[in-house]
Amino acid sequence: MYRYDEFDAAIVYDRVKQFRGQVERRLSGELSEDEFKPLRLMNGLYLQLHAYMLRVAIPYGTLSSKQLRKLAHIARKYDKGYAHFTTRQNVQYNWPALVDVPDILDGLSTVEMHAIQTSGNCIRNVTSDQYAGATAEEIEDPRPWCEIIRQWSTLHPEFSFLPRKFKIAVTASDHDRAAVRVHDIGLRLHKSLTGEVGFEVIVGGGLGRTPIIGPTIREFLPKKHLLSYLEAILRVYNLYGRRDNKYKARIKILVNAEGVDRFREQVEQEWALIKGSDLDLPVCEIDRIRVYFSPPVFERLPHESASLKESIQSDDGFARWVRVNTAAHKQPGYAIVNISLKPIGGVPGDATDAQMEAAADLAERYSFDEIRVTHEQNLCLPHVKKDNLFAVWTTLKQHDLATANIGLVSDIIACPGLDYCTLANTRSIPIAQRISERFADFDVQENLGEIKVKISGCINACGHHHVGHIGILGVDKKGEEFYQVTLGGSAAEDACLGDIVGRGLSSGEVVDAVERLVDFYRGERNDGERFLDAYRRLGPGPFKEALYANA
Amino acid sequence: MKAVTANRLADGRVVYLAPDGAWTERLVNAAIFENIEAENALASLGASAIEFADAYLIEVHTDGYPSGREALRETIRNSGPTIRTDLGKQAENG
Repeated sequence: MYRYDEFDAAIVYDRVKQFRGQVERRLSGELSEDEFKPLRLMNGLYLQLHAYMLRVAIPYGTLSSKQLRKLAHIARKYDKGYAHFTTRQNVQYNWPALVDVPDILDGLSTVEMHAIQTSGNCIRNVTSDQYAGATAEEIEDPRPWCEIIRQWSTLHPEFSFLPRKFKIAVTASDHDRAAVRVHDIGLRLHKSLTGEVGFEVIVGGGLGRTPIIGPTIREFLPKKHLLSYLEAILRVYNLYGRRDNKYKARIKILVNAEGVDRFREQVEQEWALIKGSDLDLPVCEIDRIRVYFSPPVFERLPHESASLKESIQSDDGFARWVRVNTAAHKQPGYAIVNISLKPIGGVPGDATDAQMEAAADLAERYSFDEIRVTHEQNLCLPHVKKDNLFAVWTTLKQHDLATANIGLVSDIIACPGLDYCTLANTRSIPIAQRISERFADFDVQENLGEIKVKISGCINACGHHHVGHIGILGVDKKGEEFYQVTLGGSAAEDACLGDIVGRGLSSGEVVDAVERLVDFYRGERNDGERFLDAYRRLGPGPFKEALYANA
Repeated sequence: MKAVTANRLADGRVVYLAPDGAWTERLVNAAIFENIEAENALASLGASAIEFADAYLIEVHTDGYPSGREALRETIRNSGPTIRTDLGKQAENG
């Protein structure tokens, strides 16, 4: 894992000190709320419905056990015993008092964490594949590149006041777990025909009120030019992106307005001026960063584990969890363990202090001290010996963390919605809970296979509804909650936006309607055909009919 | 009818302007204004700006419960998350 150098440590230390002073000046009345608000937002502190909300960055979703224990400690000491993991691999506290926030940030700094650039019109936390460094699918570990981008973008003076917020995601696998096509910039490491590794550069994707699947503006960017090329994109955006209308200020609007070809030309022109300059890191610096992400010292093990096989045979619940929640590891004898934060009827992405500590203990004991946070609001232990899976599962089960539903219909993304958020029009969590309860039977869920349900409580689409196989958007109709269903979206390598199929459904109707969709799929599917593939084969017509039958 | 609401500066808790000019955590104890009086009450808050943040008006019934288009939002603010009834004011009001 990356460790702070003296520059990182100084930046975070200075920022905490500065913010402590700003909070004191606000509390004494020296600063007005209008003056203070932009300052607190620069430190990830929002004011939500019930209280302040503090958003803490988890760079590219990687945590050590010490860091996760600190998050748990903060939840217990300063909050209400839980925290919420978000779709951007961040963590949010829903109840911190302003007077405590400097101490919270101080605590975070002791484990090399902070809330810098988790709000505001700047480059936000860089996100990545939660399987980075663990999956055999990847070309190389994408995290050194994320770290390089993090360092470049941290307090970047030219890009601290962009027209709007800016989100970058990086993946290195064909199977996209980082949703790179719905980010302001998506980077996909891949091999050229000559075997050289570089980036496909995707610019101008995004969700929100103008959802767009990002176009590729460069098929192949040699790795060494990453920073100069990013700088060129950001300069073009900073110069030409709209500042007169917040809803038209994201880079996707600029790319769309200019057209991909013209936008690319502008970037290439800008790039020609800075390509090969000091911005492009020397190989030795790239290697220096890469060392932090060296693979752990794996044991040499056989592919199969006899003890795992035995436990699978003797315990059906464990067998199911292994089937559903673990993934193939690049190292023989190891597995990737997904920890579901979606218990049946629970709040997607919430974890208690005790659960975070349990996950931290497991990571320390069984996963080389690493935990990952996923954009689907789950956790992940990236490197677990197959021999240890039963022990890990047993502990997870004790902490209600062993729900075997990764990728299934109850593994729902939901934004906080009107239960917490000032921007929301409707609640989203209760809909997620009711859908999850409706499909509580794990035999049924597993039989249905991959179905991605994503729910947003307003048009800002924090719940990624546009790219759900089944997307649900809450809309307010004269003070009543209604839910608009979209079908056939995907955030993966086959990214596409869902189709809006018709009028909104009431809160009372929507869960039944989702069940009818799923029942229809079950009746029509071919062998092994996913919900999404059946939808693509059959088209919206019959699904729409199922959705509104009886309604 | 309207009430004035805000979040308390130090801890962010939801508060309402009471008839005595102080802030109360309970909407039922809030001052209820006619529309124009409410605007005046909101406008005159400047002096005590270290006590609260983000003050605005909400619509209420005469019995002090939220009404109008934002009734659900304000009911949730006044009570707590509907999915965690152990949290927020709903957990404290017994």
